[in-house]
Amino acid sequence: MASSSTPKYNSNSLESSSTKRTLNDGTSWEQNEEIPRLPGETRVTDKDVIYMCPFNGPVKGRVYITNYRLYLRSENDPLVVLNVPLGVISRIEKMGGASSRGENSYGLDITCKDMRNLRFALKQEGHSRRDIFEVLTKYAFPQSHNLLFFAFSNEEKFSENGWMVYNPMSEYRRQGLPNDRWRVTFINEHYSLCDTYPSLLVVPYNATDEDLKKVAAFRSRNRIPVLSWIHPETQAVIMRCSQPLVGMSGKRNKDDERYLDIIREANGQISKLTIYDARPSVNAVANKATGGGYEGEDAYPNAELFFLDIHNIHVMRESLKKLKDIVYPNVEESHWLSSLESTHWLEHIKLVLTGAIQVADKVSSGRSSVVVHCSDGWDRTAQLTALAMLMLDSYYRTIEGFEVLVQKEWISFGHKFASRIGHGDKNHADADRSPIFLQFIDCVWQMSKQFPTAFEFNEQFLITILDHLYSCRFGTFLYNSESLREKEKVAEKTLSLWSLINSEKSKYTNPFYTKELNRALYPVASMRHLELWVNYYIRWNPRIRQQQPNPVEQRYMELLALRDDYVRRLEELQITNNSKVSNSSSSSASPSQIMSQVQTHF
Amino acid sequence: DGRNQTVMFDTLEDWRYELERTKGNVKYKAVTTNEGYKVSEKLPLYFVVPICISEESILKYEGRGIPIWCWSCHNGAALLKMSAFPKEQDDSTSQMQKAFLDGIYKTISKPPYELLKTEDLSSSLPSLQDIQTAYTRFKHLFLIDNSTDFWATDVKWFSLLESTNWLEIIRRVLKKAVEVAECLERQHTNVLLIEESATDLCCVISSLVQVMMDSYSRTKAGFQSLIQKEWVIGGHGFLDRCNHLHKSDKDEAPVFLLLLNCVWQLVQQYPPAFEFTETYLTVLSDSLYVPIFSTFFFNSQHQKDINTSGESLKIQSGPFRFLTVWDWSVQFDPKAQAFLNNPLYAEKPKPDKSQRKTARFKHQRQLSLPLTQAKSSTKRGFFREETDYLIKNILGKRIGKFINSSDEPPNSFREFYDSWHSKPVDYHGLLLPRIDGPEIKVWAQRYLRWIPEAQLPGGGTIATTAKILELMEEVQSLQVKMDEEHSQGTFGDVRSVPMLRNSARLSSLFPFALLQRQSVKPALPTSTWKDLEDEDDLVKRDDEFVDLGSEML
Repeated sequence: MASSSTPKYNSNSLESSSTKRTLNDGTSWEQNEEIPRLPGETRVTDKDVIYMCPFNGPVKGRVYITNYRLYLRSENDPLVVLNVPLGVISRIEKMGGASSRGENSYGLDITCKDMRNLRFALKQEGHSRRDIFEVLTKYAFPQSHNLLFFAFSNEEKFSENGWMVYNPMSEYRRQGLPNDRWRVTFINEHYSLCDTYPSLLVVPYNATDEDLKKVAAFRSRNRIPVLSWIHPETQAVIMRCSQPLVGMSGKRNKDDERYLDIIREANGQISKLTIYDARPSVNAVANKATGGGYEGEDAYPNAELFFLDIHNIHVMRESLKKLKDIVYPNVEESHWLSSLESTHWLEHIKLVLTGAIQVADKVSSGRSSVVVHCSDGWDRTAQLTALAMLMLDSYYRTIEGFEVLVQKEWISFGHKFASRIGHGDKNHADADRSPIFLQFIDCVWQMSKQFPTAFEFNEQFLITILDHLYSCRFGTFLYNSESLREKEKVAEKTLSLWSLINSEKSKYTNPFYTKELNRALYPVASMRHLELWVNYYIRWNPRIRQQQPNPVEQRYMELLALRDDYVRRLEELQITNNSKVSNSSSSSASPSQIMSQVQTHF
Repeated sequence: DGRNQTVMFDTLEDWRYELERTKGNVKYKAVTTNEGYKVSEKLPLYFVVPICISEESILKYEGRGIPIWCWSCHNGAALLKMSAFPKEQDDSTSQMQKAFLDGIYKTISKPPYELLKTEDLSSSLPSLQDIQTAYTRFKHLFLIDNSTDFWATDVKWFSLLESTNWLEIIRRVLKKAVEVAECLERQHTNVLLIEESATDLCCVISSLVQVMMDSYSRTKAGFQSLIQKEWVIGGHGFLDRCNHLHKSDKDEAPVFLLLLNCVWQLVQQYPPAFEFTETYLTVLSDSLYVPIFSTFFFNSQHQKDINTSGESLKIQSGPFRFLTVWDWSVQFDPKAQAFLNNPLYAEKPKPDKSQRKTARFKHQRQLSLPLTQAKSSTKRGFFREETDYLIKNILGKRIGKFINSSDEPPNSFREFYDSWHSKPVDYHGLLLPRIDGPEIKVWAQRYLRWIPEAQLPGGGTIATTAKILELMEEVQSLQVKMDEEHSQGTFGDVRSVPMLRNSARLSSLFPFALLQRQSVKPALPTSTWKDLEDEDDLVKRDDEFVDLGSEML
């Protein structure tokens, strides 16, 4: 039992914080129900448990399991509420056996993908644990049980349709494409050229579809160099692809070599084409053993190659694991800074940002086209191109623009969300899992922290994206590629996360946003400025929680409201004064009253 | 104009006013015993002691062993400081001193004084030597010659920072201040801070406690008065500690900077609670070394007096006059001074007349931003709050003693800290710093400001501050326009010139460095990747285990 003197708080998930009728995550709550439910959400089971809260101590309560969430409410004060979408569950373990002794030693231990663990103690008699374990396992890992994701049962209604946000053709048109140097090709319409690429691609005008097929044979998984972004002034481009299949013997491919030269010439560039290999050079060399490699000097005399030293998915996964160790459940007390350093998490963030800055700078001030790849071009490459685009193109710093960016560089270009997150899959130890997208969002957060007026969206927007990266409530991040999503009819059968966000944009809007066109935004990738994203990584700890809402933001919103009010009243006054020139006492508010309200400090 | 509001504490009236303000005048009195520095040259001319302390006992050991009043809490518990006796070789002397102290403790433990907790700062906090060493190391991290140095130290930045121990000292000092606040606030116990001279860490802790507990100390005038009271008049040895005259080979012992660093943590954790900004703290810290001001130049009031009055400084043009730092117009024009005032400050609402007599502001729980004040709320809760206060007042004392009579549970600090943090912040009430590792940060504005590599063109907190200031200007000009409409006056263009034009391009180092980069070249790290120890097997693996070579066959 929690002692009455312990502070009351909710270890809530997805930002719902109280027993209000409409929860912040959009869930409605019917009067006669015990728990909140989404349309299409059905209750499966419930049970009395003891929630072993790491901050409050054991909490007696009832846990409800639906096909979407695990919901717990404490029996007594203090009120403790857990609201966890089953999608965040990575692993469910039984702890203790039927004969274990000791208080609360028998139950379930749940590892979550969002930096927390949940522990429930159960009664030992009557197989009480078996039922709940089976139900949880079934609904948390639908893919392992031949079941559909909750997204396919979700019947929510939104005023906006998020599936309309990204239209590749309009996005390329926004960039001024196609033009006389770049064309749109439908060669991948049925995903026959490359099954992990989108159907619509932009390639050099001077390369034929036949050329593309030949190039595909020399690029890992046929991921040929295609255009991601074009600079409106310099016409330099960012191209993305996978590694060339050089192999141990140092194979060459004339078509690939010619293709890269066509890219170089496309913006009338005389200097060399710049190739950024995201990997450390040792890894790129090692890849030759398995048939991969990098563009050699002999084969590509008109190109310069740089390695960006970003590590692979396994290193990133381990790094996040270490980070979790020092922040959950308790924040490392002594030697916080060296502990943080030893996780290398911020060091990885620094390297990703550094790489993206180099790409962006080369395209912008270097006026040179760049080709970015790693091994397969769906992890580090996506991080680099998306971040470089964010730095160069202010459109992507708007809410809609960022949605387009994620939809384009990550979702349509085959970042393997299903494998990296392990949606609905019980194999928690799968080596394919890695927090690559989280790392990207962290980089975006670092940028927004350094430039607090440059982004239309706020921190809540980024946290919401990460929450639904795991929740499986929306179809947005499901499956590994566009072709699979088409096969599963995701756009027809599920809802988009952007529907939720765009229907309630004000909640995700940064009040300080100042629109600026064509301004390159380079973060400082120095440890002096990078910080741990406490509001995300340590949000479950009530001791660390930041003040919400942000007082600075709140004050600014109040001033904005006051200004609008003044403008309105001033207009009214002017109308009154114009119509009743002689009678000045007719106005509603007295000036002294207004003055006393705003004793602003200067 | 700062001078007019800042209480200088060089007159008896100033002390009496402060006693009255904190309602400490029932149990404490301002004394004139030290007029003519009869007691000690280290003590100020006027100071405050418990009413029961006699003049003889003050005189007996030059003020040593005497509890000197710093501040009284709303519940009557007081914060006191005492200069300890130096370790005596002579047994009989130390016996006498011990007897003297016992007598003092006995006197001030009797009613009307509450229980007393003594806090020997020299044993529970880092020594001056530790502080000096830590700060010297810390400061060196920011003395960077070139870009190569900057990036070379970047990869190991966190461990370098930790090895200086400076942030850990800040954390320990803040923690100590929370402990003292807990005694005063929750246990209603007087706290007596003890230190050899009572002019170093005593000043840090007592100032911090007041900043945390007394919202007046979070206004500009209040903070300046606090610095006067505890530091300038209180007798902190600025001349020696800052090493102004370079008399010692050693670096400064930055005790005052330690306080400013701690206050900065609070300012950045709770921006609406302070009338001043971090820029204010930065320019205040700079002013320590500006020799035209007398404020931070002397070791004591006595030293200042003999150096500024009388014959010693008669120059041809008349007596030499020192200036006070608090007159900010000496250093900054009005536009620059605007950066010292926090546009986000949540002003305390001025109680209307019906309220003023009875309700104490302490019990207005709601967050009181001046612009969103709900007019009806104060009335509704009025009676309940008043009885609450009574009950608290009656029971509080008893409970306070009860808790204190048994041994305090060791986690009482943690409980106090956690329970405060679980409630919404009242910016005019008690303010406790968050002291977990991730919360203690480097005062970037002060320490990074001269490093070009660290500047963010168009970024940093100045970007939002500038937006707020702009909007406030707009609101004010709208007010002027509305007044003119009301008075039907001639309609001129009253738009004031924006203070910060093109604010989005200001650098994060503004207003200290106006480095406008000609190009928009980004700062590129030149350091190399550090080895990932023990992870070699992972590092060498490929993302996916697919042999591309065999796939091609």
